[in-house]
Amino acid sequence: MIAVYLILLIPFSGSVILALQNDPDRSRRYNKGFNALSLFCSIWLAVEVLLKGPLLFSGKQFYIDSFNVYLVVLTAFVGLTTALFSGAYMQHEWEAGKITPRRLRFYYSAYQAFMFTMFLVLTTNNMGLLWVAMEGATLATVLLVSLYRTPEAVEAAWKYFILCGVGIAQALFGTILLYFAAEQVEGIRPDEALLWTTLHENAALLNPGVMSIAFVFLLIGYGTKMGLVPLHNWLPDAHSEGPTPMSAILSGLLLNDALYAVVRSKMLVDQSLASHLPGYLMMGFGLLSFLVAALLLHHQKDIKRLFSYSSIEHMGLMTFAFGIGTPWAVFAGLFHMTTHSLTKSAIFVTVGHASQLAGTQRIDKIRGLINTQPAVGWGLLIGTLAIAGFPPFGVFASEFLVLIATMRDYPWLTPLLLIGIGIAFAGLFRHLQPMVFGPLPEGRQAIQANMTPVVLHLLLVLWLGISLPFFLGNWFNQATQLIAGSLPL
Amino acid sequence: MVNSLSVYQQAVMLMAALITLTSFLMLGQSRLLRLVGVFAVQGLLLSASTALVAYSMALPHLYISAALSLVIKGLLIPAMLFRLIMRMNLHREMDTVEHPARVIIGGASLVVFSYYVCLPIVKLSTLITLNTISVSLAVVLLGMLLMITRRHAVAQVVGFMSIENGLFFAAVVSTLGMPMVVELGIAFDVLVAAVIFGVFFFQIRSSIDSLDVDRLSQLSEVEE
Repeated sequence: MIAVYLILLIPFSGSVILALQNDPDRSRRYNKGFNALSLFCSIWLAVEVLLKGPLLFSGKQFYIDSFNVYLVVLTAFVGLTTALFSGAYMQHEWEAGKITPRRLRFYYSAYQAFMFTMFLVLTTNNMGLLWVAMEGATLATVLLVSLYRTPEAVEAAWKYFILCGVGIAQALFGTILLYFAAEQVEGIRPDEALLWTTLHENAALLNPGVMSIAFVFLLIGYGTKMGLVPLHNWLPDAHSEGPTPMSAILSGLLLNDALYAVVRSKMLVDQSLASHLPGYLMMGFGLLSFLVAALLLHHQKDIKRLFSYSSIEHMGLMTFAFGIGTPWAVFAGLFHMTTHSLTKSAIFVTVGHASQLAGTQRIDKIRGLINTQPAVGWGLLIGTLAIAGFPPFGVFASEFLVLIATMRDYPWLTPLLLIGIGIAFAGLFRHLQPMVFGPLPEGRQAIQANMTPVVLHLLLVLWLGISLPFFLGNWFNQATQLIAGSLPL
Repeated sequence: MVNSLSVYQQAVMLMAALITLTSFLMLGQSRLLRLVGVFAVQGLLLSASTALVAYSMALPHLYISAALSLVIKGLLIPAMLFRLIMRMNLHREMDTVEHPARVIIGGASLVVFSYYVCLPIVKLSTLITLNTISVSLAVVLLGMLLMITRRHAVAQVVGFMSIENGLFFAAVVSTLGMPMVVELGIAFDVLVAAVIFGVFFFQIRSSIDSLDVDRLSQLSEVEE
């Protein structure tokens, strides 16, 4: 319980302290420190939940169960490793004269503010506050996208702000409808009517008509944040124009949290509706995003855009899995959330180093990484192998589970998934091969790179691919039980 | 039918109609200063209708919402936009609407569409004022239409904020206000968004030397 307060308090006060901190060296260290503290508290919280079961406290405003506790730990972990990377990265950008000390200060402060909103999204029990925190995440990151002040960066930030702002407004309408539906039920106190636990207990009594309209709005709203096609337009731009550590946390954390919000909403609507409408909607949008993004991977010119399309593709696959909604599929979706988030943030860290090495993000200018700086070259190669779904990495295991789940219930959709995975694989490797092995251009020099986060993440993904540790398997099982109502085996 | 409504219900319906009217006025208004003016009027109407609901239903917490929307939507944000327009010398600038007739017809069909979408919700309750939930959805959609048809950054921000107005109106008429924490959080978000928009005006102007967001077109899928 105290752990949750600390998890929220640390990044919040961190954001304030870093806003007042002028010395970049110190900010860098503090940023790492705050994230390390958050990770410590989140593990503490995880142990507490593991021992005592779900926690509901402080006037029912916070609710921690096995579904969100593991996401809290994942968020804190990726936040810390990205902070480790961003130290070296921002130092380089500063020395290259790309940002002023004032913007650097703003960057660190906004980083912690973003972490705060992410933790609030995950821990709050109030669907309204969840919306507020989600919008807060946009506000915290939007000025980071335009940090370099180039015309492209400003354009990307404007697009991000307008599209996500309008998109998330739909989710607020959905939330209002949820509240309205809850108020129609006798016995729900108005001040508790937006609490997820209250809504979940009374889900069967909520009016199905209102709930299905509400779900459509919630899916569109949070789906925009998740980058579901056709609402994905902002995502590649924001990822490619902002500083690379931000791309890592956007892909690794924000997308997961948006999916979390959608799944929480689905859990409410599923019980109120007799039909499988929410599931079909998610399957449709998920499959569309998966296929479109896999195709678009092929003609990318910018390395960060390339991997942001890969994020859209994987988010599509997860949405599809949660849409199927059987225990197998839900388990696979939860697993894929973890493996994708770890792998993708590792890739963005490597990509950041690679583009600093080449001095550009253009794919045709990045060549021969394995000769210039073997660590970066191997990192990119292995990371891409992992994200493309090669065994023995974790993404293979989770994608395989999604396929099995699809085979069981919708066998006729499996070929589509297989074709999509194949297209995505080809799309990634046609760009990757020359970047890693291509002829080395003149005058490339190795830079100071911090590959610790990459090694750490890839080792974890490898571990997850070989064997699922018992506590994680336990969590996934409990969360599956919660979402799908029963266990896979 | 109308005769059977109480004075209060009639007043709420009137307010809803006036708010929709301001949305349509914004759609057709090409002068930026007047656009901000109409937006301020919408904010004031919103606050007035919230106060009306608060008075007739005897719900004191709604007075706080009314005050919040009066200060933020009716005064603060319009004043900020007004000052920005003056400081950036935009007060003579026009953002002409192409095909105004089509835009207005499009707006009218959006209103019909929102009535259709909200049918299952309206059926739920005997409260006749619930019709206003379709009006609020219409205000949201009209705000989107405004953003689509305009090219000027200021006009887009006005559209964005009027979407927020529509959502607020929905919360007031259909559920008699959200819980206080949520309402304060939303108000805070809107305020921060307004400040960030202000920052953006300067960033956009220094990068493309104008606020015509149609010229923000460097990033696309089909480059070179």
